[in-house]
Amino acid sequence: MTGLSARRLPLLDRLRAASSSHRSISSIVTMALITALLPIIATIPPFSGFNPQSVWVNSFADAGVYVLLALGLNIVVGLAGLLDLGYAAFFAIGAYTYAYGASPFSGNDFPFWGMLLVGAFVAAMFGLLLGAPTLRLRGDYLAIVTLGFGEIVPTVFLNADRYTKGTNGISGVYLPSLPGYQFTFTDPWPFYITMAVIVTVAIIAIFRLQESRLGRAWMAIREDELAATSNGVNAVSTKLLAFALGASTAGLGGVFVASKLAFVSPDQFGFTVSFTVLAMVVLGGMGNIWGVAAGAFIVWEILTVILKQLNAVLAGTPLSGIDFLQYQYLLYGLALVAMMLLRPEGLFPSARRRRELHAAEEAEEPAAPTGALEGAGQ
Amino acid sequence: MSDAASQGRSILKASQVTRQFGGLVAVREVDFEIPEGAIVSLIGPNGAGKTTFFNVVAGIIEPTAGAVEFRGQRVIARPQRGWLEPVLWFLPSVVVEAVGISVELAIGHSEQGAAIATGIAFALLVAMLLMASIRSDVYRRLLTRTGIFRSARPNDMVRAGLGRTFQNIRLFKNMTAEENILVGMHSRLRATPVDALFATPRQRAEEERARKRASELLALVGLTGREDELAKNLPYGDQRRLELARALASEPALLLLDEPTAGMNPHETDELTALIARLRRDLGLTILLIEHDMRVVMGISDRVTVLDHGERIAEGTPEEVRRDPRVIEAYLGAPAA
Repeated sequence: MTGLSARRLPLLDRLRAASSSHRSISSIVTMALITALLPIIATIPPFSGFNPQSVWVNSFADAGVYVLLALGLNIVVGLAGLLDLGYAAFFAIGAYTYAYGASPFSGNDFPFWGMLLVGAFVAAMFGLLLGAPTLRLRGDYLAIVTLGFGEIVPTVFLNADRYTKGTNGISGVYLPSLPGYQFTFTDPWPFYITMAVIVTVAIIAIFRLQESRLGRAWMAIREDELAATSNGVNAVSTKLLAFALGASTAGLGGVFVASKLAFVSPDQFGFTVSFTVLAMVVLGGMGNIWGVAAGAFIVWEILTVILKQLNAVLAGTPLSGIDFLQYQYLLYGLALVAMMLLRPEGLFPSARRRRELHAAEEAEEPAAPTGALEGAGQ
Repeated sequence: MSDAASQGRSILKASQVTRQFGGLVAVREVDFEIPEGAIVSLIGPNGAGKTTFFNVVAGIIEPTAGAVEFRGQRVIARPQRGWLEPVLWFLPSVVVEAVGISVELAIGHSEQGAAIATGIAFALLVAMLLMASIRSDVYRRLLTRTGIFRSARPNDMVRAGLGRTFQNIRLFKNMTAEENILVGMHSRLRATPVDALFATPRQRAEEERARKRASELLALVGLTGREDELAKNLPYGDQRRLELARALASEPALLLLDEPTAGMNPHETDELTALIARLRRDLGLTILLIEHDMRVVMGISDRVTVLDHGERIAEGTPEEVRRDPRVIEAYLGAPAA
């Protein structure tokens, strides 16, 4: 440990200290830079060859939804250690909430900006309701129950067709608008900027929570639930808050998606979504907020843009006979397997997890003589 | 010293506590009293039920029979009218739903009644959940008022002023020493998640105070300057001391120490014994100790209680217990007839 800090550059140290004491400002600056740079990078080869800039920007806005989902799931899985396989349910609930709030189908026309909060709130309430019966469960059992919830919610939306128009979905959902400005399908920029702002706010909020009393309680529950409760942590409210806050983030994503596509249907929220988001969290580096966000962004762009363009890129080579679009999930699966074998802590691990997984390699100072520890346990 | 301590009120009083695991009676009808300000030791051969008794007192396992009073309040016992609790939760929702459906049936074809009733029923459930999880004090008062008694959970006991350590160290291994202690302070910190979201001045001041206090506690147990070290990277003896500091962080009135010197060398044991004595003197703590090291037990205890096969076989000053023939028998076996 001491060797590690001595090797660190003083400048880097100072930067790190500054960014952690002004975390919100540095988050805003970072997000602003990324938001400004991404569209520029999209115009540079090879990226410019894949898509025109506006298509890229559109895909960035879509990626933002998944960044948001991954950030939310990271609270539940990465911080509190509760494996949730039905996370798409809250995404769906957020989306349908907006569809009820602003579409010809329901006859309501509430403003998008207010509905963002409403969607987050409704999703959070369902997070509580899912969380409550699962409080005693952990690990595998919890995963199965959440998986069930993730299947139930889209199925309800599918079959309650009097209220949801079933498999046809609710169409004509209103696009967002600002006073004097109407969002349109043809211009992805306003959606992109809106998403960047939402993600920035989410990142700041999650950083603050993670470093608060609640964040420490989440980590304590993840580490050792019995020790946590024996130190005064209320496991019930701590877990419920993890579910609720994770769900509310997904709710935000849902409202955004419904307004952007102007359409919701049950098949947008299947198990693939839950599983993709979980993979994004793991690939990005569980527990690390920036890592998870970057992981989600990269996975989304690879899945939806890069793999699609492989056909174009490889046209004229001997590989051109292969339709890579068909293999996108195969390649994706292979990438997951390779990642887990080579870099189990994810692309951008949190410092904590890196130390956790590579403890054996860097342990210069052996911890407890484990023999004594086991002996004492008798 | 022992006289002065035993004169006072008792901080914890267990009466007829029994805990059964299937056919095995781990603790049988144990009466136990800890005078305020005393150091009381619980000893006995392996499997005598010491840790089980500890876990009952700490709210981790419910007793099969008997009750525990802590600071004058009956906190642990068999639950009473437990069946009322789900009724309390669901009855309002069920009534609202029933009214909604019957209104709809009476009026005829519109679906408004049931839909509105479902919404209200749902909201009632969520409100109940929110109250139970976020305002647990209000919820507990509601339970008391309806005559429901629920045995205290471990976190309730911590809030009431009980701190503990574990026989086989249970630190949060992948958290730093400082974070471990901050978790220990959990029940004494007031900041809500909303405070944290908006980084209110109140929250920031509290965090600052907490970190300062954490450093003080680390210094108290002899871990000065080790704030940022991961708990699992600390040497064994330091882990034990960190766990002690974490227990102290909740500002307990009664501290339960489960074999605090297990696995330590004689020198470390002496240091820790001195620290325990100092804690009582400086912080006015009452301490309940499970210990195998007789040097420690005889050195600092005011009273010693001996358990064997789940039953209390002796109680008294260290001297009395040492001479008790039944204690000698429990440890060394009966003399040949």
